Amino acid sequence: MEWVSTIIQGVLLGGLYALFATGLSLIFGVMRLVNIAHGDLIVLAAFVSLAVVSGLGLDPLMSLVIVIPVMAAFGYILQRGLLNYTLGNNILPPLLVTFGLSIILENVLLEIFSADSQRLLAGGLETASLALPGGLAVGTFPVMIFVSAVAVIACLQFMLYRTALGRVFRATSDDQQTAQLMGIDNRHVFALAMAVALAIVAVAGVFMAIRTNFDPSVGPARLIYAFEAVIIGGLGNPWGTLAGGVILGVSQAIGAKINPGWQILAGHIVFLVVLVVRPRGLFEKVQDL
Amino acid sequence: MSLLQTRSLEAFYGDFQALFGIDMTVEAGETVAIIGANGAGKSTFLKALCGLMPGLNGEVRFDGLELGDLTAHAIVRLGLALVPEGRKLFQSLSVEENLLIGAHTKRPGPWTLETVYGLFPMLHQRRHAPGTDLSGGQQQMVAIGRALMSNPKLLLCDELSLGLAPVVIKDIYEVLPEISAQGSTVIIVEQDINQAMAVSDKLYCLQEGRVTLQGHPDSVTRDQITQAYFGMEQA
Amino acid sequence: MNGHPAFSVERSTRTSRIGSVIGAVLLLVLISVPFWGGRAEMRFIVEVCYYLALAQMWNLLAGYAGLVSVGQQAFVGFGGYMLFVLSIFLGLNPLLALVLAGVLSAAVAVPTALVVFRLRGAYFAIGTWVMAEVYRLLFAQVSALGGGSGKSLPVAIVKSIAASRSLREMTVYWVGLAVAVAAVGLVYAVLRSRHGLALTAIRDSERASESVGVENFKTKLWVYIVAAFGTGMVGALIFLEKLRISPDAGFNLLDWTANVIFIVVIGGIGTIEGPFIGVLVFFLLRELFADLGSWYLILLGAVAVVIMLKAPQGIWGLIAERYNIHLFPVHRRLLLSKDDKIPGED
Repeated sequence: MEWVSTIIQGVLLGGLYALFATGLSLIFGVMRLVNIAHGDLIVLAAFVSLAVVSGLGLDPLMSLVIVIPVMAAFGYILQRGLLNYTLGNNILPPLLVTFGLSIILENVLLEIFSADSQRLLAGGLETASLALPGGLAVGTFPVMIFVSAVAVIACLQFMLYRTALGRVFRATSDDQQTAQLMGIDNRHVFALAMAVALAIVAVAGVFMAIRTNFDPSVGPARLIYAFEAVIIGGLGNPWGTLAGGVILGVSQAIGAKINPGWQILAGHIVFLVVLVVRPRGLFEKVQDL
Repeated sequence: MSLLQTRSLEAFYGDFQALFGIDMTVEAGETVAIIGANGAGKSTFLKALCGLMPGLNGEVRFDGLELGDLTAHAIVRLGLALVPEGRKLFQSLSVEENLLIGAHTKRPGPWTLETVYGLFPMLHQRRHAPGTDLSGGQQQMVAIGRALMSNPKLLLCDELSLGLAPVVIKDIYEVLPEISAQGSTVIIVEQDINQAMAVSDKLYCLQEGRVTLQGHPDSVTRDQITQAYFGMEQA
Repeated sequence: MNGHPAFSVERSTRTSRIGSVIGAVLLLVLISVPFWGGRAEMRFIVEVCYYLALAQMWNLLAGYAGLVSVGQQAFVGFGGYMLFVLSIFLGLNPLLALVLAGVLSAAVAVPTALVVFRLRGAYFAIGTWVMAEVYRLLFAQVSALGGGSGKSLPVAIVKSIAASRSLREMTVYWVGLAVAVAAVGLVYAVLRSRHGLALTAIRDSERASESVGVENFKTKLWVYIVAAFGTGMVGALIFLEKLRISPDAGFNLLDWTANVIFIVVIGGIGTIEGPFIGVLVFFLLRELFADLGSWYLILLGAVAVVIMLKAPQGIWGLIAERYNIHLFPVHRRLLLSKDDKIPGED
């Protein structure tokens, strides 16, 4: 029974990892950009929420009403003002510029908020639990995160496959030059994609901040979890990314159960095994976002 | 005022010059054919009109506007559409989505999903199929339909017949008069001289980046074309 | 002339010959520092040396082979730990252990490569980072090496380097200098080797060089292993000087990769000269702004971002373009005798 509980916790943790990963995956899909600063953007969202919560006295979950549009607007400006200039045939500029951005973001946050560990308090929600049959109990908030992850991915899929904006994203992803011949302004489309990605990052960042302690230095680890979930699940498959997040979460939970020092290591090792055995991921979907 | 006018248009790929001073005038309502051998600069010329050639000298006036450094997507909004060489359908979009993305500019006009399906009934049957599941001819129809969805004043068609069976080419070319009738001016680029001459009101022949012959298809002789096309006297 | 065209293939240039004379003089001055310089100067120069060597290795990977790794700290930490393992548990002389640490790093690079080479481009970058994290977490599990809190080099082993403290510092200083010179020499040798042309081809265009049949995979693997060797040896040097290692210090992304990337990007990626300039700028900025704390890193990151966008060839690239200087001639040039002329060249 203890093991069942461990696995359930791992699955729920995987929901958070899938939220980390979805934005990363969307950006790569639309513009082939791998954003090394992705993890630091998640942490940025957490700190924006912290500022809103302490400044306006809002509940952390309510702060999403402000954090989501703020992050989306920041994403649009970041893409339009900086990252668009790095795109091209050479992989170095996007990689090194986002790497530089990662260092800059981390240190700006350090300068403003100090290295102190922070946590958002959601009025008891973070400690509430639900009783399951068989004497098991799961945290209410982890369940909420998991459900949100499913909802976010479902909304993203609906947007990509059922709306005009999604059509534009997919067309641009297929062939940028021909997309321009349709009157599509790539620079604007990329900026919109980054805005959508950072809206998702905002949700991920706020949830992370309620669930665990955070400080300016935890961004890179979030990037790595996001990256592992994407690769395990297979590029270009949002539901695969959710599965990848779950596999990563379960691996970490089992690792931690065996030895607390092995939590992160177990996740990395499962990732490496998948990479060696199935380099294209477990659920690869060809030619799509 | 002419719909399209180029003056001393030059285009470059890096150090390589592909067009040397092209002067061309297209009146509204005309169908103009540009013929020439492989590498004569036909496709480059169309790309230059669409704003896809970075290295450009000279002047392009479209509908009274100097296109200058306008980007491709801005030019499309002015009412210029290209059916690109090789169709270039969006692989992850269905037939209908390919057509809808053509209407991205939301220019008003006669062409809608209904009228495009009316022009190519075959596409209506296959509207939910991925664009890449279609035959070459059907893909060409999607590419034409997609361009029409922007209700262009000027439609540029690059090598419509490339890689298609003669009977399919015939079908495709049969719709051109209908497109003209709806008010679009058409420029077609072709290697197939007979096809081009049959549908056009005016003919330009390019050779190595220069216009070597221009005139009404009825007023030029075979020998003139052969010489303009291949750049040599008849034996 | 007996029918043969009058030309020869040469790589050295006048500036490169002047450069090598200046370089030799500078090197002699540096070698003599322990006889007249202070302890602080020596420590500083050793630090400059290992950053230069790390920058050369990363530049070889990213600038020439197109392997943009953000996980080279894996080999710094691994090399450092190997120094401790070999000298503490096998009783090897630390200087011998330093060279062997490089060899072992090269050996461990092979299985590492088999994993990360499954990823391309930016994904390769993050993959190397994951590998570095794996090494960090693994070493943190080894209690014989102090686990997460690390281990100091025992006094007996420190003394085995040299009898007195000042003699030991001199030895470490010269070793540091030697490692830097060796790193530059290694890159220079790689670029002038059979693989050099293939590397330049990869750097200039991955697709094009594949189509002309360069065996990209083998060349890249080989470069990856060479860079791991160099980086591992530098890692051993760093912790020979620091005398204490921990997982967080050994596998530190900021110290051993971020700073190094900034050095190479600012100096000029894809040139041997670039890392020299980059190291100068890096230490200059550090001396000027180090007390600004994190603002210093923000500034460094911003400078690197601006350079990547506005002058991707870096400071040395701008200099070389403007004055046509190449201090390390790795290009072959065709020289014609004075009375011959290439058609069309005046």
